[in-house]
Amino acid sequence: MRHSGSKMCFAALVTAFGLAAASPAFSFTACQVTDTGGIDDNSFNQTAWKGVQDAQKELGVDGRFLESQAETDYDANINSLIDGDCDVIITVGFLLGDATEKAAKANPDQPFSIVDFAYDPIIPNVLGQVYATDQAAFLAGYLAAGMTQTKILGTFGGINIPPVTIFMDGFVRGANYWNEVKGDSVLVLGWDLESREGLFTNNFDNLDDGRAYAQNLYDEGADIVLPVAGPVGLGSATLADELGVDRLKIIGVDADLYFTDTERQHVYLTSVTKRMDATVAHVIKTTLNGEFMGGLLVGTLDNGGVDLAPFHDMEDAVPDELKAELEALRAHIIDGSVSVSD
Amino acid sequence: MSDAMDKATHGRLLGRTQVEDLVIVPLFAFVAALILGAVVMATTGVDLATIGTSYVALVKGSVGSVNAVSETLTAAAPLVLAGLGLALGFRAGLFNIGAEGQVVMGGLAAVVAGVALGDLPAIIALPGALLAGALTGAFYAGIAGWLRAVTGAHEVISTIMLNLISFRLLDYLLSTPLIQKEGRADPISKSVPDAAELPRLLTFIDANLRVHAGIFLMLIMVGVAYWLLFRSKLGFEFRAAGENPVAARFAGMNASLTIILAMAIAGALAGLAGANQTLGVLDRATPGFSAGIGFNAIAVALMGRSHPVGVLLAGILFGALEAGGRQMQVDAGVSIDLIAIIQSLIIVFIAAPLLVKALFPWGFRREGSE
Repeated sequence: MRHSGSKMCFAALVTAFGLAAASPAFSFTACQVTDTGGIDDNSFNQTAWKGVQDAQKELGVDGRFLESQAETDYDANINSLIDGDCDVIITVGFLLGDATEKAAKANPDQPFSIVDFAYDPIIPNVLGQVYATDQAAFLAGYLAAGMTQTKILGTFGGINIPPVTIFMDGFVRGANYWNEVKGDSVLVLGWDLESREGLFTNNFDNLDDGRAYAQNLYDEGADIVLPVAGPVGLGSATLADELGVDRLKIIGVDADLYFTDTERQHVYLTSVTKRMDATVAHVIKTTLNGEFMGGLLVGTLDNGGVDLAPFHDMEDAVPDELKAELEALRAHIIDGSVSVSD
Repeated sequence: MSDAMDKATHGRLLGRTQVEDLVIVPLFAFVAALILGAVVMATTGVDLATIGTSYVALVKGSVGSVNAVSETLTAAAPLVLAGLGLALGFRAGLFNIGAEGQVVMGGLAAVVAGVALGDLPAIIALPGALLAGALTGAFYAGIAGWLRAVTGAHEVISTIMLNLISFRLLDYLLSTPLIQKEGRADPISKSVPDAAELPRLLTFIDANLRVHAGIFLMLIMVGVAYWLLFRSKLGFEFRAAGENPVAARFAGMNASLTIILAMAIAGALAGLAGANQTLGVLDRATPGFSAGIGFNAIAVALMGRSHPVGVLLAGILFGALEAGGRQMQVDAGVSIDLIAIIQSLIIVFIAAPLLVKALFPWGFRREGSE
């Protein structure tokens, strides 16, 4: 019995090998390499992957992804895609900056596009996708300052790198702008604009840290927290879910977490969205049309690359007056009359 | 004495039982794990064709091309180095869980030394950086050995705690001005200068081939570990202390010194594994650069039955799984988590040789048919 069982397994395996040859062929393939957050991080990598999926649906291209488990994987993952037939390789994240640069210079004919990294000087076969996230985060800071009961807000980041701290910059400056306009004294914990230091989990994958850091901020009086650390923030959302949204609200980042974190959607006041899906899909489309160009693609409030998500369940909780102010502020940021980066 | 030892060592290398232990059991464990892995994939909704594609990719990505072999060896080198150290410890009866921390400390020290020696010619800078890695690893592991020898603190606990300390120490040290890369606010070290890098070997074929001189280091250390364990007096003391510490003590061996030395040598090898990563693969140190090498090396050492040659083979198998696993993702879109499951299944089967023998009875001598 035991024998025949394992023989059957063998047979299945052999059949599977035989079937392996028959897979459909696409003329265009877009490949994505994630950072250590993984493809299902509910935020950063997942949003970029959604861009690939959108392109798959609209343009009929093939899409593949490779997840990095550790920093040692970055070079290797990019390399293994160069062996394959990727028409464009999309690397997701600032931390892949050096690995992408190395691979791009070694393979000048391979188009690359990296999310969150701008090369100076530019590399001819790399298109950097960067985002003026501070514009949207400024709105979030203003909104949070207008909503807080305790007059204390909190934020923490994954790693102290520019694409993370730009959220925190905008958030703190938005709250400061509220103080300036209203003569209020809302305090933001977790990020110091001057010293460029603050609270960081030093990883993008530990949900437990997200919970602990949010707990610390809550203990210090914060009732609205902005975690800028990909999936780590899901841990913070769990805490908010347990405490109740009256005591702790979360502002999501990257994607509209109301839709991606459906189990805890009620804890999100809003999300600072970074439309990597739109820019990634755009890059795939231009490459498909043979119009790929190295350089920079900047997402702003104006072109919809960054934005503040709808309030969803909290629609009624946000006063109409504050909503109107946000609309006005948004217009002022776009026309430049309010500066988000002094 | 020397004759008996000769016989013993030859027995270890060539005996039928050893061949079963070192080759047949792992082989069948591997096959059983692949079959069970296919079942796991099937139950998670992966269709049969994709399972086939993924196993083809596993082979292709590990041995199917020059690049695949290069990746396999690149991944194997640190696992073998750290695994050798752990194997020495196991032989001496020390269950060292601290390789991860020793990899961290050794790798970081190698970067610091490499940066400091970067202006000197490679013939000084590279050995200097490697030596710094080995010594720092030895010192860090020696702490646990010393605690065990002097205070009786169990090395399992102290090495686990030293691991945790090393992670945070790394985060901190990477942010200090001496080590941190100029112009960066996140914890990341300066780049290793060319002179201190382990040179890549096959860049003349293709610039993307990552295999580097660390594989020579790996092979040399396999030889050194074999000699140390089976040809030297110290190795005999290690094994004696591991087999029967009481008898070893009555035979006049210094138990405390044996423990500290065994830990320190294990740490030196783990430190070299870290240096191999920072000087050969990453060119810098970052948080989490150790990437679980020290923990996977425990499995490598156990799978290699704590024998240097076994460790080499097991390390290469693990390297192949890592390189092939990447290709599984590329070609079949199978989750990297499944690769981890298959790896773990292999370890489970190898840890249970009786189970493997029961599953594949025709592969083994029947008992008593000497």
